[in-house]
Amino acid sequence: MSRLVALLSGTVFGVGLTLSGMVSPARVLGFLDVAGAFDATLALVLGSALVVSFVGLRLARRRTTPLCAERFSEPAARRVDARLVAGAAIFGVGWGLGGFCPGPALAGLALGVPQVFLFVAALVLGVLLHDRTLGREA
Amino acid sequence: MSSLFALVDHPAAALLGGALIGAAASLLWLGLGRIAGVSGILGGALRPGAASAGDERVWRLAFLTGLPLGAAITGLAGFAPRVEGLASGPVLIAAGLLVGFGTRLGNGCTSGHGVCGLPRGSLRSLVATLTFVATGMLTVFVVRHGIGG
Repeated sequence: MSRLVALLSGTVFGVGLTLSGMVSPARVLGFLDVAGAFDATLALVLGSALVVSFVGLRLARRRTTPLCAERFSEPAARRVDARLVAGAAIFGVGWGLGGFCPGPALAGLALGVPQVFLFVAALVLGVLLHDRTLGREA
Repeated sequence: MSSLFALVDHPAAALLGGALIGAAASLLWLGLGRIAGVSGILGGALRPGAASAGDERVWRLAFLTGLPLGAAITGLAGFAPRVEGLASGPVLIAAGLLVGFGTRLGNGCTSGHGVCGLPRGSLRSLVATLTFVATGMLTVFVVRHGIGG
């Protein structure tokens, strides 16, 4: 059951990313290009997502456990540290270079654009590079 | 850019798409008690050892499979936008490495910190989101307007 819910969530997520245009780097880079032809689409997408997830997370709060798991897995980290800021800063540079973040890139694999595979391969490599060197479990 | 279907590239598609993203994140939280952060889910799916503990890897792979599946369904229905603005191969490789490394170091990306962390009221996610939007804007500024622009 938990697998089905995860698959459904991922699928709806993928539909949302695609329908909203976020799979196209031109849209994302347009939002980040404040000095050029600014494109507000990303702000609309994020704003809309935030309203719905805010309501959804509030509704879930009425429950003590999730529907198909033993507990809610709250992120343990609370403090803003150098690691968080450095990681976010590095991510932003990559985001600004390619116009892809992880979700749209993985969704975009289905859209038949060879460059997306190149980005995802590098993305996976970047994840492994971090997790095998600086990962908390390493 | 004119398109066959009026909804593609329309602000209504952005709002509807965003709402679906929010609904998907809510569903994962309500169903599995997990944050729908794509970089974290990807990292967990790639982790050796710990992830081989059965379900821990399976739900992640199921979620990750859904992303391109959803895109394919949207494309088949005729509502996928054109993927435009692609950088050159070497730039995309550099971008992928930075995004992969950075999101793992910073514990999240646009989905985990943005879509999930902000409505949870997480200060870490607020700081992370402001940071990656700022360095993203700075990078685009340098690339488009700084170098010979």
